[in-house]
Parts: sequence; C-alpha cells; structure tokens
Amino acid sequence: MAGVLMKNIKKSYGTTAVIHGINLEIRSGEFVVFVGPSGCGKSTLLRMIAGLESITGGDMYIGEERVNDIPPSQRGIAMVFQSYALYPHMSVYDNMAFGMKIAKAPKADIEKRVREAAEILQLTPYLNRLPKALSGGQRQRVAIGRAIVRNPKVFLFDEPLSNLDAALRVATRIEIAKLKESMPDSTMIYVTHDQVEAMTLADRIVVLSAGNVEQVGPPIELYERPANLFVAQFIGSPAMNVQRARIDQTGEKTTIRLGERKADLPIPSPADMAGAEVHFGVRPEDLTVASNGNGLIDGRVNIVESLGEVTNVYLDVENAPEPIVVKLPGVQRFNRGEIVSLAAAPDKMHLFNEKGRSLLHL
Amino acid sequence: MAVTHATTGPAANGTGFASFLTTIPVTLAVMAIGLAVSIAGAVAVYALLAFILPDSRLLGAIVVMFLGVAACFGYFWSSNKLLDTFYPAAGANIAINLTKANAIRPWLFLGPALIVLGIYLVYPVINSIVLSFYGPTGENWVGLYNYQWLAGDGAFRESVRNNILWLLVVPAAATFFGLVAAALTDRISWGNLAKSLIFMPMAISFIGASVIWKFIYDYRPEGAEQIGLLNAIVTLLGGSPQAWITVPFWNNFFLMVVLIWIQTGFAMVILSAALRGIPEETIEAAVIDGASPFQIFYKIKVPQIWGTIAVVWTTITILVLKVFDIVLAMTNGQWGTQVLANYMFDWMFRGLDFGRASTIALVIMIMVVPIMIWNIREARKDMR
Amino acid sequence: MSTAVGARPALVWAVNISVLLLVAIWTIPTLGILVSSFRDKDQLVVSGWWTALTPSEQSMMARAAPPDEAVQQHGQWVISGNVFGENTGRVSAFGTSIQRPGEFEPGTSAEMDGGMITIEENGDYSITYPEQPEGRRGERLFFTSVEPPKFTTANYETVLFSEGIGQSFINTMTVTIPATVIPILIAAYAAYALSWMEFPGRALLLATIVGLLVVPLQMALIPLLRLYNDIGVGKSYIGIWLAHTGFGLPLAIYLLRNYIAGLPREIIESAKVDGATDFDIFRKIILPLSFPALASFAIFQFLWVWNDLLVATVFLGNNEDQLVMTGRLRELLGSRGGNWEILTASAFVAIIVPIVVFFALQRYLVRGLLAGSVKGG
Ligand SMILES: Nc1ncnc2c1ncn2[C@@H]1O[C@H](COP(=O)(O)OP(=O)(O)O)[C@@H](O)[C@H]1O
Ligand SMILES: [Mg+2]
Repeated sequence: MAGVLMKNIKKSYGTTAVIHGINLEIRSGEFVVFVGPSGCGKSTLLRMIAGLESITGGDMYIGEERVNDIPPSQRGIAMVFQSYALYPHMSVYDNMAFGMKIAKAPKADIEKRVREAAEILQLTPYLNRLPKALSGGQRQRVAIGRAIVRNPKVFLFDEPLSNLDAALRVATRIEIAKLKESMPDSTMIYVTHDQVEAMTLADRIVVLSAGNVEQVGPPIELYERPANLFVAQFIGSPAMNVQRARIDQTGEKTTIRLGERKADLPIPSPADMAGAEVHFGVRPEDLTVASNGNGLIDGRVNIVESLGEVTNVYLDVENAPEPIVVKLPGVQRFNRGEIVSLAAAPDKMHLFNEKGRSLLHL
Repeated sequence: MAVTHATTGPAANGTGFASFLTTIPVTLAVMAIGLAVSIAGAVAVYALLAFILPDSRLLGAIVVMFLGVAACFGYFWSSNKLLDTFYPAAGANIAINLTKANAIRPWLFLGPALIVLGIYLVYPVINSIVLSFYGPTGENWVGLYNYQWLAGDGAFRESVRNNILWLLVVPAAATFFGLVAAALTDRISWGNLAKSLIFMPMAISFIGASVIWKFIYDYRPEGAEQIGLLNAIVTLLGGSPQAWITVPFWNNFFLMVVLIWIQTGFAMVILSAALRGIPEETIEAAVIDGASPFQIFYKIKVPQIWGTIAVVWTTITILVLKVFDIVLAMTNGQWGTQVLANYMFDWMFRGLDFGRASTIALVIMIMVVPIMIWNIREARKDMR
Repeated sequence: MSTAVGARPALVWAVNISVLLLVAIWTIPTLGILVSSFRDKDQLVVSGWWTALTPSEQSMMARAAPPDEAVQQHGQWVISGNVFGENTGRVSAFGTSIQRPGEFEPGTSAEMDGGMITIEENGDYSITYPEQPEGRRGERLFFTSVEPPKFTTANYETVLFSEGIGQSFINTMTVTIPATVIPILIAAYAAYALSWMEFPGRALLLATIVGLLVVPLQMALIPLLRLYNDIGVGKSYIGIWLAHTGFGLPLAIYLLRNYIAGLPREIIESAKVDGATDFDIFRKIILPLSFPALASFAIFQFLWVWNDLLVATVFLGNNEDQLVMTGRLRELLGSRGGNWEILTASAFVAIIVPIVVFFALQRYLVRGLLAGSVKGG
C-alpha cells in the first residue's frame, strides 16, 4: 500500500496564503487525524492530497509517485465528504458502483465489490433505495461504502461525522475504528475539529493552526507533552489553565514562582532562562483541592457547573486575567465567594517559554 | 478530467493570458471539427428522412427537433472526444495535457451558446447603431438625419409621452395589486386557488388578452343593449356608454389595464414568496408589541422586502418598454395611443424605413440601459 | 400564516371578500370570451354574455298569412296562424308598430289596420276583419319573443375549419416545439461551464449575459431580417427556430446557471474522484439533477414562443403555411372586428394550450420565476 509524503506544501488563493509550507510523512497503513480550529486549512490540505485543489508549491507524493499533476481519479484515493455527497438521483447500488462504471469495469466485478462493501457496512437491504430514503447514519455509511468500492490506497475523510447527531456520531465513530482494523493496510487520513474523534481514532494526530503544523504525535503524547501553548490548550476539555509565572531556579528541575508561592517542576530548563517570564500550565483535571490554604493557587469560587460525573469549578484568581477551572470527580459542593486552595502533582505541570514553546520541546 | 477546479484561479496552474492565446487555434479547430461532424450528420439524416417520409410539416418539425438535439449532443460529444484524444489524461505529458485540455474544454461547452448569442443579440445591437446613421434601405449614409427627424417628429413625441405614462402607471399598479393579492391570499384557506386564478393571465398572449379586453370595452350606441361589460355597468349605473379606446388621453389607461391584468400575477407570486421568507419572529415581535395587521404589513413586512419589490418593478418596467402587441391589437397607435415599440414596428413594416426604425429601437435600448447596468451590478454581488 | 390568538372575525371576512373580488376581476374577462364563444351568434350580438343563461327577449317581426287566405267565420273574416311558423317559442308581448313591439300583453286584442289582432303566448295569432281584407301581402306582426338560451359549437367549427385557425394552430406548434427544445441543451452546457469550470473572462461573460437579458427585441429585428435576406434564409421555420433560440438563450443560461451553480460542490467533486470527466459529470450528474430548472425554462420558453407575435411577424410569412395563431388573431381583429363569435372562439383556441400547460406545470413556472428574479432581492 502507500503512504503520503508532503514536502513544503503551500497553497494560496490569489495573494492570500492559507497553507504555509507543510512537511509531513504519513506512513502506509497509518490512521492520521488532522485536527485544528475551523478555518485553519485542514480541508484544504486534505483536498490537495485528493487532487481537488491545485498545489501552489512543494511536492506531494502518494506511494512513490509525485502526484501534483495527477487527476484525483488516478491518485488511488477515495474521499468521504462531510455532506456525504451522494448522487441524489442514483440508488445506493449505483452510487457505490459509479466509479467502477466510469472506469468501465466488468459488470460482474462491480457487482461483487459493491455487494462486499454493502455487506461490511450492513447496507445490503438498502441497495435499491435512493439516498433520500435513508437516515443520516445510513447515508454516511453509503458514502464510506462508495470509498471502499474504489479500493483505494488512501482513504480521505473530511469531517464525516459532523452532520450526525451525538449518539449516531459515537456509533459511527466506532464503526470507522472497526473499519480501520479490518483494513490494516489502508492509509487513512481523517479531518475533524472534534478532539474526541481525534483522540479516539488516531494513530497519530496532526494539529494544525493557521496553515501550519503545530505538533505531530500519538494522541497521549499530545495530551501529556504538548509542544506549545496552542496544542496544550486545544487538546483537552475544558482547556488547560495557563498563568504567568517567573523562573526562580533553572537546571534539571525548574523552580517557578507563582505570585507568592513556589513550585518545583521535573522539567529541565537552560541556565539563561533564570528569572525569565514563563507560562505555567496545568489541566483542570490535574488540579485538586488542597486542605486549608496549602495549595499552589488560591481562588474565589465564582461559578460551579455540576455535570454529575464531574464538577467544574471556575475560580477568580488575583492578578490572573482568566478564571482558573478545576475539574473534580463526582458531585461536589461549593459556596459562591468561598476561597479554595488548589494543588497539583509536579509531573502534571507544564511550562512554556515567552513564545509559547514547551520547555520539554526546546 | 480536471485537476484545477471551480474555485482555483487560472493563475494557479501557471496559465496566463499568453498561454491562453496559444490554446485558441486548437480550440477553434476542435470546435469547428465538432460542429462540422454533427451538422453534417444531422443534414445527412434529414436528407434521408425527407426522401423517405411524406411531406408533413409538423412531423418535419419533430424530426428537425430531434436532429437538432442530436446534432447539439453530437457536437459536444465529438468535440470532447477529440480533445481527449488530442491531449490524453495519461502518459508522460499528463500534466501539460491536462492543463491544455482544461483551458480548452470550457470553450467547447460555451461554443454554440456564444455563436448564437453573438449572431442574434450582440451583432444586432451593434448593427442597429450603425443602421441608425443610414437611410431607409440601410445603404446610404445620412449622418444624424434620422436623429434630427426624430427630434422634430410629433408621433415620436407622443410615443415618448405615452411610454412615460406606461412606465409610471403599469409597474406601480401591477406591483401594488400584486402586493395586495400576495398579502391577502396568504391569509386565507383557499389562497392557493386564488393565486392560481390571479396568476393565470400570465399564460395568455398579449394579443389574446387584447381580444379579451376589447370585448369588455365593446361599445354600442346609446339605447342599444350593451354587450361590453364595462358599458353595461356604466349604463346600469345611469351613465352613458363610451367608445373607451377612442377617448383621447384616457384610452391609454384602458390599454394599460390589459398589461396590469397580465402582470399582477407575476408580481404576486414573487412578492408572496418574499413575504413568506420574512422571519416569522419579526412579525411575532410586532404582534407582541401590539401592532395592528395593517401596521405589521406596512411597517414590518414591506420594508423587509424592498429589494424584491425593486426587482419586480424593474422586470415589469423592461416589459413595458418592449410591449407593442397590445397597442397594435387594440388601437394600432390611433387616437393618441402610440408607443415606441409599436412606432418602431410601424416604420419597419409600413414605412419600410430601416434607418428610422433602427433609431427608434435605439431609443428603447437607451431607456433600458440603466436597468441593465443595475441588473449587472446586482448579479455580480450575488455571484460572489 | 400567523393566526395569532384573537384574530378578529370581521377582518377575516374582509380579507375573504377582498380576495373574492380580486379573483373575480382577474377571471371574469376570460370567462366572458369563453362563454361567448359557445353562444349562438345571433344571441351574442344582442345580449351581454352574463345573461347567457337567462332566456333572452328579442324583438321580432313575422308576416301573417296573405289576405286571400282569410276564412269567413261568424260573419267575420279571420286570418290565423302562428308567428313562429314551424318552430315553437314564447311571446311575451306584441305590438302594432315596429317602434312598440311590447305594447300589449299576449292574449289581449288590439286594433290594427281596420282589424283586431290577438296574439297568444304560444304564438297563435288571429286577425279578424269585419269585411274581406284585400291586398296581396300579409300583415307584419311585431312581437317580443322570449328565446331560450342557445349554446353551440358552431363558432369553433367555423374558426377551426374555415377561418384557418386550425392550420395556424399547427403552424404555431411547428414553431414552438423546436424553439423550446433547442436552446435548452445549448444553454445547459454553457451554464455548466459558467458554474463549474474555470477560464479567463468568466465573470465578464456572465455580466454580458445578464446584460443581454434585457436587450429589447426591437434592436434585433432589422439587422437579423437583413442578415437573413442576405444569406438566403428568408422567411422560414429554421430561421424562426434559431431566432427564438437566440432570444431565449440569455434567460436560459441565467436560470440554469443559477441552479447549476447551486448544486452541492461536493457531489461534483465526488464524481471527479470517481473518475468522471466534465462531459460525464454533465450528462450523468448535472442534467438529471437540473430537471426542475430545465422544466422551468422549458415552460417559460414555451409560453413565450407560443404567445409571441413580434418575432413571428418579422421572421415568418403571412401565407396559410406560416401564419401562426397570434398573427391570425391579429388579422381577424382587423378583418372581423365586429364578429365576436369568431374572435372569441379564435382567442380561446389560441389561449387554451398555454393555459393548460400553465395549470399543469405551475409549480415549475413559479420556481423558475423565483430563481430568475428574487436573486438580489
Ligand atoms: N476558494 C477559496 N478562496 C479563498 N479562500 C479560501 C477558499 N477556500 C478556503 N479558503 C480559506 O482557506 C482557509 C482554510 O480553509 P479550510 O481548509 O476549509 O479550513 P478548515 O480547517 O475549516 O477545513 C480558510 O481561511 C478559508 O477562508
Ligand atoms: Mg473543513
């Protein structure tokens, strides 16, 4: 099968550049998720892989072949669109068979491949229906089936689940995961703005922002060792708390000063950063309530959101522009205005330099 | 097969104006061959059929229709095929081939339309301008003579005056009645039936409508039984019957009624859709604020559909400038009812003076130009 | 629509009545010619069509039997018979002079030319003279007869077979069918290129087409007439088909482009990924999906061509073989201006096809109108 290799890929519309030179290697058989806020260029990048968007600069390889000038149908890809993009006037069968018919494949082959795909996706009973007689989830399965029938080297998904309701989204997500398992050789590239999809599906996640790659790595690595503030705050919900701090001591371990309090972090820092301003980050779920004012941060309870399984508490902290969020397990009670002291394990703390780069990734 | 797509600019794959120029010969060649093949095919089949089939014109029309469609399709098919053979989407030159084929293909698709539009609309506009400087037969140059003549011509001035009257009255009245009909029919259970019936005159030809209304205006001398509805009503109310379409000045309005009657349905349908497109919340908010139905209509609904009202208005305005059938059929411009379109027709067919007729046509064209510009501006805003 | 609580019933009534009035004004004129076209042509000229269902009173004159048929009865000479002759009818009044045909009730007697006349309701008359009447001709009898409503299809037979409307109907068909179909395909391809293909000058071309939408036909007539004569097309069907194609094309392209450009881009891209060429995409995706827009334009063009007088007058001849229905109607208005039985029947034949098309396909027509005009509104 085939991987995808991008060398300094660029895209601009007229004079506005939207992709600023991306280098990325996607290995054969890998499930890679592009994630990032809306408008950051995920779709554009995916569509350049598909050949639906011309490439302004750089080289794109699928397998061994440079595909910059190859039309979509000859790239060995299949694409699943957010809106399903089913042909409304064709039956499910014809939708899935369209590509092979265009390629003038023998009838028997078409029949066989369509039936196989329908079987995998449990669409066999619906083969003669028109798309409008299907539910949203079934339509999405037809779109996936259409991709399977093409037997592509690379599957491309552009936010395939965002038109489904919450319950169906979970179910279809699991189906896609199973599909990937049953086709270990196929490379899959999946675009989403939903980090849960990204975390659950991906072998590796590519975090994009404003046309640049912020970090590439397995989901847990991104969660535990975000390369920069953007990734740190993008992955995880609620987002990581970030506060201003100053480095007190550098070395194998770093001591920082947060207001009056001090903390030792198992993060190395270079000597020239002594006294430097840094961003101190800690995830809401890594904070705990410390007994009587022994914590790292003190805050005044402002809003309490009880979700049952967890309780999110928003605290106002002196000199901090944003409230601090704490995510505590189960149901917990607080009074508005109450002062709460928060603590965290040192290995759950993150440090970022002035430019937002993690000290772990310098 | 395309790598570049709808939204990607031609600049994206490096084709500038210069490389566009280089594709012209191939484009023309492919188009020409495609056209030649398909027309020749159609003519051959036609000749064969004409040889076999008995002479029946309706049958002939149907055959020609099918052949025309087949020829069109043949052209598109063969020219595309030709292009794909010329620049195959495979092999070593695939990138160059695709770029070239993609630069040429749109012109193959557009070709027939451009040719027909060129011959039937663009050329005539230019030619009319030229002809307006020529004499009756279009052969001898007369300079500005036709314009001078026009400036001093009484019938022309009458036509302009009447056209202005039509322009003031018809669009306003049709839009007004259309708005009222739209607002009222939307509130009743049998509204759709009512709409259909008010909309129906749209399907009737101007000449048919003229017969219908001439019958209504029919006049019998006083004392005789009136068979025209209008005079019957007038006599019933104690008035004396009139030959309505000969009453100076006012007869213009009796002709306008015909067009208003036809166009109200059009205005109604479009305005009704616009009214239904108004967000229900704005109306509900007004209801809660205690506005009466009339206030809601004039203060909440109408302001929100100004854009559509303007579109309806201009559409009818253009139609008014072009209408001649009604005047031709009802009065043929007598009794002070001449309008530009009919006057032009008059000079073309009775006067046999192509120079003067072209000059009058140009005047109509000039009156349309502001609307044309406005339309283009609106459409361009839309198409972004 | 918004039926808020407490809508006043008076207002509802007012709305219903207003709409009824509007509908009446917009349908009665057409109803008028429909009813008239089926009326007996003698009744048509003497009474309004709205009285068509009530018996009409008509002043009549009949001639009594000649005096030499008088027979002697009880010492008097009597001439008798029936004013309706062989037919039957009802007399509502009679008189003794042409000015006053309604002077006397039926069954009463009146003095006339030295005799006494009585006309019964059923038309039986008797004139009694004291002496034997002289003269060769019978007396003129004036009476008002009540005619029952008479409906007939004779008017239609006349116009269809002897006034040439039938032939014109076929001519109109001959013009309309090809002139409706030919532009559609040409326009659809152009609309696809303008929507989904990229080429230099696309925006300019679109603007030009929007501009051409409003070019008055009057501009085109003379140059094309000259061109046709120069290249020898003259007055022919092929000439008018192409002319209608040209004049309809801007609207066709505009309507279809609006529709085709609105089709989901992902469907077209999906087809490209599936390996379809632009030509395949057009045939297999665009054409089937654009059916509503194609139908809208087809109806527009059909109505426009069917109802057109101007183009037909300029590009077709006046002979039996080429005169279309609108042209024929115009001729009849000139030559048969007072013969309403001919005019109404002809007009009705001319408008019935578009009206049927209109009611059958109104949905598409409305959709097309909206696509063509609400843009920008
Ligand atoms: N056809 C276009 N012309 C100009 N700008 C575009 C076009 N398509 C997308 N963009 C811009 O490119 C950026 C990336 O878009 P996209 O890849 O769709 O983002 P997303 O990450 O939400 O999928 C956006 O800022 C968008 O505005
Ligand atoms: Mg996107």
